[in-house]
Amino acid sequence: MTYFADVAALARKDILLELRSRDTLPAMLLFVVSALVVFHFSLPSEASATASTGLLWIALLFTALLGLGRAFTAEREQRVLDGLVLAPCDRSAIWLAKCLGVLVFLGVAEAVALPAYGLFFEPVGWELVAAILLANLGLAAVGTLLAAMAAASRARELLLPLLFLPLVIPVVVGGVGATVVDDPGRYLGFLALYDLIFAILSWASFEYVVVE
Amino acid sequence: MSLSNNRAVLLAAAASMLLVAGLALALFWAPEDADQGFSQRIFYIHVPIALTAYACFGWGAWKALRLLWTRESRYDLESYTAVHMGLIFGILTLVTGSIWAKISWGVWWTWSERQLTLFLVLFLFYCAYFMLRFSVEPGPRRANLSAVYALFGVALIPVSFLAIRLAENFIHPVVFTRDGPQMSGSMFVVFCVCLAAMLALFASLYTNELTGKRLDARLRELREALE
Amino acid sequence: MTTSEKYVTAAYLVVLAVILLYVVLYTFKLSRLEREVAELTELAQRRKAA
Repeated sequence: MTYFADVAALARKDILLELRSRDTLPAMLLFVVSALVVFHFSLPSEASATASTGLLWIALLFTALLGLGRAFTAEREQRVLDGLVLAPCDRSAIWLAKCLGVLVFLGVAEAVALPAYGLFFEPVGWELVAAILLANLGLAAVGTLLAAMAAASRARELLLPLLFLPLVIPVVVGGVGATVVDDPGRYLGFLALYDLIFAILSWASFEYVVVE
Repeated sequence: MSLSNNRAVLLAAAASMLLVAGLALALFWAPEDADQGFSQRIFYIHVPIALTAYACFGWGAWKALRLLWTRESRYDLESYTAVHMGLIFGILTLVTGSIWAKISWGVWWTWSERQLTLFLVLFLFYCAYFMLRFSVEPGPRRANLSAVYALFGVALIPVSFLAIRLAENFIHPVVFTRDGPQMSGSMFVVFCVCLAAMLALFASLYTNELTGKRLDARLRELREALE
Repeated sequence: MTTSEKYVTAAYLVVLAVILLYVVLYTFKLSRLEREVAELTELAQRRKAA
């Protein structure tokens, strides 16, 4: 049971840090709303309603990237990651804790983005919310692992989007599909499959990413 | 794994013979396709190259798994070389696929061709592999990161393919229809020869690349020992 | 040659070009390796003499 206690402790630390410093989350919120406004100006008037759905998903992807880019900066700057790795806890607990933190941030950002989207573009249906919830899991799982990889490199913020975008193309397909198609079940199922595969893969391989 | 000269030479000879035989068969002996005519012959080079690219990525992922399992550093070079070749074969797939699209439908690119779209996604993914490698200092850290990424790549292949199939429902209506590879007996023989040729080419080039890179590393060690 | 024949030939030629490019690059690599071995042999011999 210490595994989950470790996870809880680490996750609490991240969230508390964010509540005190308040730098990442406000940026994400502002970014997602600004992006939606930009999209309004970039869509020609004949654009369909489904086009705006696609743009919402893009906005969410880049908001996630923004948050993920900061996921390991604190650890890297204070060199805390080595300490965490040396601590007698399973390395994958670090991953899980970070993931939970990222999920919380994403959730808050979406709690702002979805009403904004509903206001600017079109009403939000249950399929969109379900798809977003499922997609969050995949994005957080894969994103946390890739953020750790990028943190180990020289290029850091430059590298994360390059690693992230090809891997999350299936998430975009699943998410947009669930929103626009009449029968969203298949797409939601596909999102769940993606989440399962990549969460397990990320959880299992995080150890190798943070250890020398 | 030090290679005796015999094995490398044999591999190269086999690859050359198979390649020449395969291409000759494809251009001269294979029967003309009823629907597509001469342009169908591009299949004999496009599909084997695509399959070989998959084989490269799979081989690279296997070596990556071995690295993470045994922590022997030689697997890093082997995995990297395989991914490198996979990228080259992938680029060739995209180029030959684009030419085929031009022949069949008059456009240089079409999103309705699933294999091509999949290869584009994989191409982006493995290009990022190289960006990852170039931005980390050489050492066990880089080896581990590359290995994990290579494994993710292999997991991405089926997931992406599924995604692309699902995406067809809402992105573009499938305007272009294409006959599946319903190949007659002799066509299949030619295809198999060409596939064997491409795989042998990969094996031969891989062996050479690996030897070259290992020589590089050993010369560097020698230099450090002498200076 | 019909247009489709030209394109098919182009595809085969592209593959050939890439293989030949590989040969050229490999030749460069081999000559570089040769040079390095020569330098290192000299270094070793100097060391032996000293």
